[in-house]
Amino acid sequence: MFNLDWTIFFQDSPGGDRYLDLLISGIWWTLGVSFAAWIIAMVVGSLVGTVRTTQNAWLVNLGNAWVELFRNVPLLVQMFLWYFVIPEFVPPLKRWVVQADPAHAQFLSAVLCLGLFTSARIAEQVRAGIQSLSRGQRNAGMAVGLTQPQVYRYVLLPMAFRIIIPPLTSETMNLIKNSSIALTIGLAELTFRSREMGEYTFHFFEAFSAATVIYIAIAMAANRVMAVIERRVAVPGFIAGK
Amino acid sequence: MTLDFDVVSRSLPYLWKGFLYTVELTAIAAIGGLFFGTLLALARLSPMKWLSTLAAGYVNLMRSIPLVLVLFWFFFLMPQVLQVMTGGDRPPQIGAERTAIITFIMFEAAYFCEIMRAGIQSIPRGQVYSAYALGLTYGQSMRLVILPQAFRNMIPVLLTQTIILFQDTSLVYVISATDFTGAASKIAQRDGRLVEMYLFVAIVYFVLCYTLSIGVKRLQKKIAVIR
Repeated sequence: MFNLDWTIFFQDSPGGDRYLDLLISGIWWTLGVSFAAWIIAMVVGSLVGTVRTTQNAWLVNLGNAWVELFRNVPLLVQMFLWYFVIPEFVPPLKRWVVQADPAHAQFLSAVLCLGLFTSARIAEQVRAGIQSLSRGQRNAGMAVGLTQPQVYRYVLLPMAFRIIIPPLTSETMNLIKNSSIALTIGLAELTFRSREMGEYTFHFFEAFSAATVIYIAIAMAANRVMAVIERRVAVPGFIAGK
Repeated sequence: MTLDFDVVSRSLPYLWKGFLYTVELTAIAAIGGLFFGTLLALARLSPMKWLSTLAAGYVNLMRSIPLVLVLFWFFFLMPQVLQVMTGGDRPPQIGAERTAIITFIMFEAAYFCEIMRAGIQSIPRGQVYSAYALGLTYGQSMRLVILPQAFRNMIPVLLTQTIILFQDTSLVYVISATDFTGAASKIAQRDGRLVEMYLFVAIVYFVLCYTLSIGVKRLQKKIAVIR
């Protein structure tokens, strides 16, 4: 009922590139945005998550506020805020956005948006990981004379991060899926390219199938990589350690 | 730059209509998703291999592709499928709003399935055995013994998922349905007032979701005490 034609991927788009090449460039944007956002999310998320387990009430409240702020506004709305609203309040940024290649401005907005959104979710996992450790670990660290930062650096965080690898895996996959929302600000990532291909050719079925298969492949690859890391760093005799 | 929130008060009736659609979509998708999600969970836990494989395949497929792509899929497929079902000459037009409702039910079913599966598995096996020992059939033991307990254990998680769903419904923007975000965005673009509109939308979502999540936390504590 769809008049399937799988050779459509090798035909030229109005822009001159083959549709296959457009999809591949979409994959690179999806992976690029996801990777850059992942770095921000891990760094900020670890920091915020750690801070929320300290004894400093002021820092704990700040960390909680951070998480609630990013968790209670839809990602789409956050995307609009980063792309349309925030530059209006930062004149130098606004000047750059006006001159810059639109793709660069879209990339920057999408990376900041996805990175900070995901940082709140990772902060939640890091906090849970640290709090799942027995109280004795922290006390033992203090007892051998480590300072608080040293206790975190050498005792708590190395254990906590190993425990939370499975939830971090699913957050990573969520991040890759969420990067598709960047199409609303015009970033030409994978979903954008597949819809574009459908609109030009009316072969929506083939175009969406390709995107679906690619997303599944990316998810499976990310899953494999994280599984390998999980096995490598497992603590013997503990958690999934063998 | 100067902010002019007059654009919000001017367009309140239109925004309210969009908001009502958001609430309607959330409610229908949550109830429908929970219903089909529970059926899917039962299928996944079924001893019939083909049924559990089929259900697991559906759930994993839905969970590994972005919601935006799922919305595009359904928006494109729905008229074709309806044409085959009704046998008409042309694909019937059902509109973005109704497409979104069906899409969200189907999509959320996959997520609610995983929650219900965890809920069912959290019930001790002895409960199933004692239900069978009393002579209840499979359907009766599920309906009268297992599912009520599974629902109650999972209420906080189900509500949290519903809050996430409430936020996710804003994505119907990509198929141009007029939900709360869609209505705000249409006004914002018509009047060139993106800053005020998107700030207003963000604040409304934040206040609602934050309040609801505090409510869920309270409820969680209450239930935890009873158990």
